[in-house]
Amino acid sequence: MESPVSPDPVVRFQQVGMRYGAGPEILRDVSITLPERSFHFLTGPSGAGKSSLLKLLYLDHRPSHGRIDIFGRNIATTPRSELPAIRRRIGVVFQDFRLIEHLSALENVALALVVAGARFEDVREHVAEMLRWVGLAEQIHAKPRTLSGGEQQRIAIARAVIGKPRLLVADEPTGSVDDVVATRILYLFEELNKMGTTVLVATHNDELVSRFAHPRLELKDGEAALLPPA
Amino acid sequence: MESPDLPLQHDAASRFVPYVIAVMVYLAAIALAGSMLVAAALGGWTRGLSGTLTVQVLPNPGGPAATAKDIGAALKILRATSGITAARALDERSSRALLKPWLGGGAMAPEIPVPRLIDVSVRPGAALDMARLTSRLRSAVPTAEIDDHRKWLSRLFGLANSLEAIALIVLMLTAAAAACAVIFAARSGLSVHKRVIDILHLIGAPDQYIARQFERRAFAQGLIGGIVGLGAAIATLLVMGRLFSGVELFDLGAVRFGALHWIALAALAPATGLIALVTARMTVLRSLSRRL
Repeated sequence: MESPVSPDPVVRFQQVGMRYGAGPEILRDVSITLPERSFHFLTGPSGAGKSSLLKLLYLDHRPSHGRIDIFGRNIATTPRSELPAIRRRIGVVFQDFRLIEHLSALENVALALVVAGARFEDVREHVAEMLRWVGLAEQIHAKPRTLSGGEQQRIAIARAVIGKPRLLVADEPTGSVDDVVATRILYLFEELNKMGTTVLVATHNDELVSRFAHPRLELKDGEAALLPPA
Repeated sequence: MESPDLPLQHDAASRFVPYVIAVMVYLAAIALAGSMLVAAALGGWTRGLSGTLTVQVLPNPGGPAATAKDIGAALKILRATSGITAARALDERSSRALLKPWLGGGAMAPEIPVPRLIDVSVRPGAALDMARLTSRLRSAVPTAEIDDHRKWLSRLFGLANSLEAIALIVLMLTAAAAACAVIFAARSGLSVHKRVIDILHLIGAPDQYIARQFERRAFAQGLIGGIVGLGAAIATLLVMGRLFSGVELFDLGAVRFGALHWIALAALAPATGLIALVTARMTVLRSLSRRL
């Protein structure tokens, strides 16, 4: 039996603009909607504002104008104390991985559950299983600096998905891996999508995008346009 | 987790916090102990002096017989006064003995007359009309003077209150200095570990989760510093107690710390830990609250 679909889209941007400090607007009047269980690619040339849009999505930045609703909540009016709970329902794969250097692969991934109140001992086995699933069975106790870029990326992915997020946001998740691993990562995201996670993948790898039948949000000159699958 | 998320134990800026706190607690403990000693001594003196009066009768120019007559008259009035339970005249030898430490043996020639003293005991709780008693005594013995020690005691109370206020100020200043050290360490930690804190934030860690790690570190440092400072202060007090045990400086040698005094001193260590904990928590939460 399928779970009931929420009437609210997972993400809704209305006329959203963004700038860094007093600089020029990176995003101008962006209006997008990510329905529940949807899968989108976010494409566009370098500097188009893909990473900036993702920053708004994972609540790392405020918009300079416009309204952002995530999980049906207007972020501007949501109390600050409730934002961590929203962030925990958003899995993020950062372009630069953002792993904690002094923690092992196991601890880095477990952290996503520990910050939500879980005991490390209780989640250790589950996290180890996730790392095995992303092909890091031998690197569970390795520190990030001893691993390759691709391996670090897979730790970042494991951390993003370990909590079964409602929304998965990935910024160039295939940038540091070969084509085979890149395809495998996207299959992993599709699996999550089938289980109910809404997915948004920012990439400039058009060849990869063309292999998956998902709609694209094309960012150009700070504005977004919805395009059909490539 | 085998490793803490924030490796605060490696922060150079926070390594000196226990030393700073130890010095502060040492000073605070000495100030507190001094204040409590004075308060205990004052309590003893007050208890000893309340319920007593001293009547001084100057030598009568008419000679020893006339002076004895004056003393007899004063004693008669005192013993007839309601509330006075006893009145005893010190003999001339005792009066001279009392004055000897102040005037020296050479100045105490037998031909020099000395004031005579009457030691009066008052029933506890009795409300003597001092003005009326003085008036009655003066009418019989014009040179009689009553000393109910109030003036002396009020000066002592003033001194004790001043010392207590100074001790309180020292305590507050040391607490503030310790708090400043913790604030500096916490701010430095926030800056050094900004990258990790950003990551924790973005994966959904509440501010309290991050603050808790600073709190634990600050509490441990405060407690260790507090125990070391307190230990040094207690050692100092014990040595001073030994050194002054044979000295009757304002009778302080007779004053001893009771259980409550030791508990108050011992409480400084956990109190310092708690101050450090609360300070770190407030500093971190305040800093994090400026973020989205």
